[in-house]
Amino acid sequence: MAQKMTISFTVNGDKETREVNVGQTLLKFIRNELHLTGTKEGCEIGECGACMVLLDGKPVNSCLVLAVELDGKELVTIEGLSKNGELDRVQKAFVEHSAFQCGFCTPGMIISAKALLDRNPNPTDEDINEALSGNLCRCGAYQEIREAVKASVKK
Amino acid sequence: MSDMKYVGTDVLRVDALEKVTGAAQYIEDRFIGPMLHVKMKKSTVAHGKIKSIDTSKALQYPGVKAVLTGKEYPNKIGLYLIDRNFLAVDKVRFWGEPVAIVAAVTEEAAAEAAELIEVEYEELPGVFDPREAMKPDAPLIHEDLGSYKVVPIFYPKPGTNIANHFKLRKGDVEKGFAEADFIVERDYKVPQMQHVSIETHKAAAHWSPDGKLTVWSTAQSPNVVRQLLSESLDMPMHKIRVISSYIGGGFGGKAGASLEGLVIPLAQKFPGHVVRIVFNREEDMQGTFTRQALYAHLKTGVRKDGRITALEYEMIWDGGAYTEYGVNIVRAAGYSSSGAYEIPNVKTDSYCVYTNNSIGGPVRGFGMCEMQWGIERQMDEIAKELNMDPLEIRLINGMKEGSKTATGQEVHNVGFDKCLKAVADKIGWGKKEGKYRGKGIAGLVKCPAQPSNASSSAIIRINEDGTAHILVGATEMGQGMLTAITQIAAETLHIPVEKIDIKIPDTDFTPYEWQTVGSRVTYTCGTSVKRAAEDALGQIYCIAANLLEVPEEELTFDGKKIYSTKDPNVKATIREIADSCKKCTGEGIAGPIIGRGSFVPSNMTNLDPETGQGNPGMFYCFGATGVEVEVDPETGVVTILQLVSAIDAGKAINPRLAHAQLRGGTVMGLSTALYEELRFDKGVILNRNFTDYKICSIDNTPHIDSFIIETPEEGGPFGARGIGEQPMIGVAPAVANAVNDALGVDFNTFPLTPERVWRVINEKK
Repeated sequence: MAQKMTISFTVNGDKETREVNVGQTLLKFIRNELHLTGTKEGCEIGECGACMVLLDGKPVNSCLVLAVELDGKELVTIEGLSKNGELDRVQKAFVEHSAFQCGFCTPGMIISAKALLDRNPNPTDEDINEALSGNLCRCGAYQEIREAVKASVKK
Repeated sequence: MSDMKYVGTDVLRVDALEKVTGAAQYIEDRFIGPMLHVKMKKSTVAHGKIKSIDTSKALQYPGVKAVLTGKEYPNKIGLYLIDRNFLAVDKVRFWGEPVAIVAAVTEEAAAEAAELIEVEYEELPGVFDPREAMKPDAPLIHEDLGSYKVVPIFYPKPGTNIANHFKLRKGDVEKGFAEADFIVERDYKVPQMQHVSIETHKAAAHWSPDGKLTVWSTAQSPNVVRQLLSESLDMPMHKIRVISSYIGGGFGGKAGASLEGLVIPLAQKFPGHVVRIVFNREEDMQGTFTRQALYAHLKTGVRKDGRITALEYEMIWDGGAYTEYGVNIVRAAGYSSSGAYEIPNVKTDSYCVYTNNSIGGPVRGFGMCEMQWGIERQMDEIAKELNMDPLEIRLINGMKEGSKTATGQEVHNVGFDKCLKAVADKIGWGKKEGKYRGKGIAGLVKCPAQPSNASSSAIIRINEDGTAHILVGATEMGQGMLTAITQIAAETLHIPVEKIDIKIPDTDFTPYEWQTVGSRVTYTCGTSVKRAAEDALGQIYCIAANLLEVPEEELTFDGKKIYSTKDPNVKATIREIADSCKKCTGEGIAGPIIGRGSFVPSNMTNLDPETGQGNPGMFYCFGATGVEVEVDPETGVVTILQLVSAIDAGKAINPRLAHAQLRGGTVMGLSTALYEELRFDKGVILNRNFTDYKICSIDNTPHIDSFIIETPEEGGPFGARGIGEQPMIGVAPAVANAVNDALGVDFNTFPLTPERVWRVINEKK
């Protein structure tokens, strides 16, 4: 049977201690154990960005990280961005600019945009393009996404 | 209609809050309960007889519950031509075809056990090019083609690999060529591509002890899944429930039935379990429909004045190993084969040919991107031959009010010229901007490809407080259907958008919609919803007339209250009307209000089997794409400087979302123009991930200008027609035409990768 390990971490502001299979990815752990299904699986090999989460404030593809690496760290998923029912400014801008279509890449896209704005409050178009280049949107909402990220800067 | 409150306004998407917070549930998020996981054993040869399958080691693997092969589960499925078993029986026809399925308590155990299944094949010679597969001595892929059940508008040729031959004969093509001053003739090729929705294909099934089957699926068309399963499993429809959810991108890849059949037999073995299958990216790339490759030969005759007199179009399509939709794509491309142009004499032969490649199917455009690549490249070649402006030749031959299509169908309310002029104006047509810069345009057209009686229905329930629920069977895969349909209902009912809820389909509760494909739902579902809203509104007036004792004609409804235009004090609130309305004496007047609406097209006909003449189009949607490029002759890199799309939407129900469709379709078109091509080696797809199969990302997507032209469509709700696929069609030819304008180099295929462009430049030197 799979080897287990106990880890302690913070998820969307709450402290948790869980036993995890050592071979389990953070993505599977988030979806199947924490039941936070807003984080999406698109490729499992770090190519599409649908599973992006913030780990100690940095954006990571959760399919490329093992759950055990969460030990002692702070995890923020898409569900953790809105506080007390109030949307984050990036989420608000995505709503106002209809910066999505099917919505499947949206959680990852918003997480990447949030991480960009946290480290660079005034990104240029090029900065936005670079920061979001690992998040694929097959519906092609890129223009609206760029506008939404720029609009969240102004606020 | 300028006084409309909801239609034609930029209502925010009704799915926005769920989608930005991670609360939106996609199908996998709804697989809840004791689960079993299914994995496939896939064929490792592209064409071969199955000599033996040994499942004994897999069955002994810890956690494995069951293993099934095609011998035990020989059910067949097919939308138009029933040619496919869920699991291969006796032989395999493509690399990666499901041969056996394993159910286990974890996905890992199922995957490990599937590896332990031993399959022995006798490999057969494969055929991977449809032109070869058409030859009389080609290996036969479906020996029993003659015995397959087929919808009688398709013409398979038993004893060959031809799954459908669509013939079109309009006018007299020989006479047309005799009248021509110039003849341009050339081959074109369109490669296979994949939809690569970010959400892969997924399904789950649950079998209840009372014989009820519940299926959760990423299906674009739950009603068709139910119908196909009912036929395949010989079960009545009321015992099959198909649940859809938000779909994480469809683009045609999730139309029809796909992987539902891989979980149902295992669910039947384990009642009470949710038996699920989730394709990984690699399985999605190789095991779901690809866009069919097209080998085209196009011959056009044209007079000195630019008028096209004749067109001969031969299309040979790579249908792949099975042809769920392929036969109909080939038919649709055949009957649309003059593109956006009126040509008096047309001869078309369109063949769907089986090969040992992955299954061919529809991708956004349903054959139109493929078919119009050749048309729009050839328009530029004709212009060059005549020394005429490519815009001018399109305007001369482009369809107008009353023009006749290749099938002889008259088209009306056509704004094609406006679309062409809009994109040409925007890119500064006619002005050369630099040595390595060039401009290109392409026209486009598409009508929904559907049976002549493909129908739709809607129910609107008015709640006791005057709010409403819309029930429809159309699916939301990003296009904004939920929002547009809500706006149509709001406009008709006078009830505000925020007081209306709309449901995602569940065949036990939502009424019939044929399919969410073909850019048809705004038109079909929109019409049904408009009719349901009119029905509900009629009931509101009728009840109010009874309650207020005034004639209906005297009443008006403002969404909150209904009152007499003669005496506004004679009034009732919507609550009073909707909440089991009663007289002041207590006698009941009417129960709850339920509006119903349905739609079936009445303007479509069958096509003549020999000439293809008839009316296949419910409506025709025209558009154009304009591009300016700069090409680096040293590296072959094509940089997009301007990208413009114009579509005649009839009426944009929600302009913001209509523009989003124009831009999104244009991005997908650009992605195919510059990057996308499935690379096969004897049936094996070599690029099965996003590193090897590159699509547009944000950093290589330029700004796109979009124009919505509004020439109202008489039959559409508020004059609307569907626009979801159209924006993609013109992009690849417009880019190639622009590169040709820049450097004088010609392309008969795409994508225009730096390598391909560099080679063509250097061949010319």
